[in-house]
Amino acid sequence: MAYKTIVEDNIDILVAGAGLGGTGAAFEARFWGKDKKIVIAEKANIDRSGAVAQGLYAINCYMGTRFGENNPEDHVRYARIDLMGMVREDLLFDMARHVDSAVHQFEEWGLPLMRNPQTGAYQREGRWQIMIHGESYKPIVAEAAKKSADKVFNRICVTHLLMDEAKEDRVAGAVGFNVRTGDYHVFKSKTVIVGAGGASNIFKPRSVGEGAGRVWYAPWSSGSAYGLMIGAGAKMTQMENRIVLARFKDGYGPVGAYFLHLKTYTQNGVGEEYESKWFPELQEMVGKEYLDVEASHATHRPIPTCLRNHAFIQEVNAGRGPIHMVTMEAFQDPHLEEIGWHNFLGMTVGQAVLWAATDVDPKYENPELTTSEPYVMGSHATGCGAWCSGPEDVSPPEYFWGYNRMTTVEGLFGAGDAVGGTPHAFSSGSFTEGRLAAKAACRYIDDGKAEGIRVSDEQINRRKKEVFKPMEHYKTYRNEITAGSVNPNYINPRQGLDRLQKLMDEYCGGVTVNYMTNEKLLHIGLKKLKTMEEDLEKIAAEDIHELLRAWELKHRHLTSEAVMQHTLFRKETRWPGYYYRGDAMKLDDQNWHVLTVSRRDPETGDYTMEKAPCYHLVGENE
Amino acid sequence: MPTFVYMTRCDGCGHCVDICPSDIMHIDKVTRRAYNIEPNMCWECYSCVKACPHQAIDVRGYADFAPLGHSVRVIRDEEKGVIAWRIKFRNGKKDLNLLAPITTKPWGKAIPQLADASSPSQEMRDSQLLFNEPKYIRLDDGDLHTLESNGLEMKEGVYY
Ligand SMILES: Cc1cc2nc3c(=O)[nH]c(=O)nc-3n(C[C@H](O)[C@H](O)[C@H](O)COP(=O)(O)OP(=O)(O)OC[C@H]3O[C@@H](n4cnc5c(N)ncnc54)[C@H](O)[C@@H]3O)c2cc1C
Ligand code: SF4
Ligand code: SF4
Repeated sequence: MAYKTIVEDNIDILVAGAGLGGTGAAFEARFWGKDKKIVIAEKANIDRSGAVAQGLYAINCYMGTRFGENNPEDHVRYARIDLMGMVREDLLFDMARHVDSAVHQFEEWGLPLMRNPQTGAYQREGRWQIMIHGESYKPIVAEAAKKSADKVFNRICVTHLLMDEAKEDRVAGAVGFNVRTGDYHVFKSKTVIVGAGGASNIFKPRSVGEGAGRVWYAPWSSGSAYGLMIGAGAKMTQMENRIVLARFKDGYGPVGAYFLHLKTYTQNGVGEEYESKWFPELQEMVGKEYLDVEASHATHRPIPTCLRNHAFIQEVNAGRGPIHMVTMEAFQDPHLEEIGWHNFLGMTVGQAVLWAATDVDPKYENPELTTSEPYVMGSHATGCGAWCSGPEDVSPPEYFWGYNRMTTVEGLFGAGDAVGGTPHAFSSGSFTEGRLAAKAACRYIDDGKAEGIRVSDEQINRRKKEVFKPMEHYKTYRNEITAGSVNPNYINPRQGLDRLQKLMDEYCGGVTVNYMTNEKLLHIGLKKLKTMEEDLEKIAAEDIHELLRAWELKHRHLTSEAVMQHTLFRKETRWPGYYYRGDAMKLDDQNWHVLTVSRRDPETGDYTMEKAPCYHLVGENE
Repeated sequence: MPTFVYMTRCDGCGHCVDICPSDIMHIDKVTRRAYNIEPNMCWECYSCVKACPHQAIDVRGYADFAPLGHSVRVIRDEEKGVIAWRIKFRNGKKDLNLLAPITTKPWGKAIPQLADASSPSQEMRDSQLLFNEPKYIRLDDGDLHTLESNGLEMKEGVYY
């Protein structure tokens, strides 16, 4: 093969994917591992990669213990109720008790945080959110990571993790290719911290054609974190817990600052408040523990995100759409109007572009909202990801196998979207998890756990062949046809992505079926995913850019299969508004007050599913 | 197409190619200028727009829902630490100029070099603390939360 093989040896900590989680990991690793070799392999350019590429206008996870605002257990309670009881409370508590230190560091590094002139505390958007001028959030944290790392490899798409041949289930590095040069990169490393982000574009998006890239989670969020870890045989959890977001229509502009800071509210097409109408019926479905309207009024306990989606979806189905965000009142205040616009410019410019293009001035017209297609991620109001060990001082035995944020594969750690059961981490919590994983990885090495790692040339060469196969396949079969993209021997990555999105949409509860699925549909979907796997062996890449898309698709496919398997396993509708099991519409605490855990056998591709206990930290009534 | 490049302004410097998180800004081999090779994988994130030294890149809203005739332009200045936006509505009725800070410190200078920080003690290594904690947490009692310190314990797991 024409492409060079470049080996980076003797790495102690390899950070695969440097978004918010990965930059936190690389930064912190240097403190605990002064003499350690820290290397970053990033698919894009670390300065503008990941979900925060455009910037953010808020930090969504901040306790404010300094100002006496919240304690970590408050956050655990909040995230638990928002996720209908299903979270890893040990990991959440751990993230929450450290997250403020990450935020205070950001401020010292120059990130402009807004302050409340009256109290001197950070300007709150909501109980957990603080407002920032965050256009340069990502370049700032990237600087921190670059200062700590020995080497940063930009434009490396990591395709596989390397496995140790001396000891089963132990990681030994990763491989990938450079999307500019095509060179094959081998990273031999004692530990790997995966921060390769969540998955957009798994379900058919609402946008079509040219606009297909206008999704809420970045189009480059290719589910690689999951694809890499599942491929290595790591156990995953809560993969059924995909998220659907209520957003401004078409532009997917976030609504958080609008609701919380600008105090806007929603109404249906005929100008009515609609949400509460759906609650009595919904309460029958989920039970009073999860939807107690009176308690919510009394204690400001939020209504879970998915249940608010449910009301939205039902109202639209009842023919009383569109749902509008009432901005006309708030926007009469010029200061709030400016904040409303800045909010988009700082994190979803496309929404500002759309309003300018369609002459929607929210000061004089209430813009439309929509519910998005589902996304698979672990750091927003959802908790998909790897089954990880918690910290030693907090975790019960089932959740603890020695090293914080280590997956069930030894030496393999996760951060951000990669870690399962830890919703509501957001940007600051993802960065914090990276820091925690880095400290644990250093300790793992210092404890001698990574001694004697062996990677054979056979493994490296086998992977190389596999990595470049789509290009070989293209070369072999291209000339059998005259021109164009229709070939009996292959599909290209775009065609594959369209197929994946269509089948996930139709069989796994996407927008066109109103987020509804059932056992039968899921079985068909799984079968189709299996045949698709065969076709993915025949995917063709015309150039290195398409090779990137091919591998993104393969990672998305692995992620999708896990989502499908988990959705089949959990025979209940735990999160109405995210998805519905039509054959098990009721939430069923008797049988399903548990976390779901899966493992895909890397050799056979077979899935094993299990239930894991859901431990609580604080009592129901506290 | 979401982003496009004005022929007369681009000199093929490649800054946009270097920065695009979606790997879709490429240099055309014939014209030696940049263009968006895959508009349906563009997020309108404006990373390339901000990086172009000649303001050669612009954005046209997505054809599947945005009519023609609007503009959202940006200039980002790291030296001055600000970003300036101009939003022009299609109907010409709104023309907004907005300015925001991007940093409060000279670019990149306020970030510590952890290699130079003093080595953490064994006690710190054995604790749950991270770099510069508890200083950065500033809890009232000056230390990290544990279950005990918060009067908490993990309640029974629920197997069914
Ligand atoms: C529009 C929007 C608004 C948001 N608003 C807020 C907000 O207001 N406040 C807030 O706190 N959070 C917000 N979030 C959430 C926040 O951005 C995420 O929670 C956080 O970025 C997740 O961090 P991560 O490290 O897991 O993933 P990311 O930050 O996405 O990083 C993943 C990294 O992995 C790289 N990568 C992917 N695949 C590979 C591969 N195969 N090989 C190598 N590298 C790879 C990517 O290029 C990227 O750099 C928002 C997100 C979006 C999209
Ligand atoms: S950054 Fe601007 S000038 Fe440079 S190649 Fe891109 S479009 Fe052309
Ligand atoms: S707007 Fe973003 S995704 Fe689109 S071409 Fe520019 S950098 Fe790439």
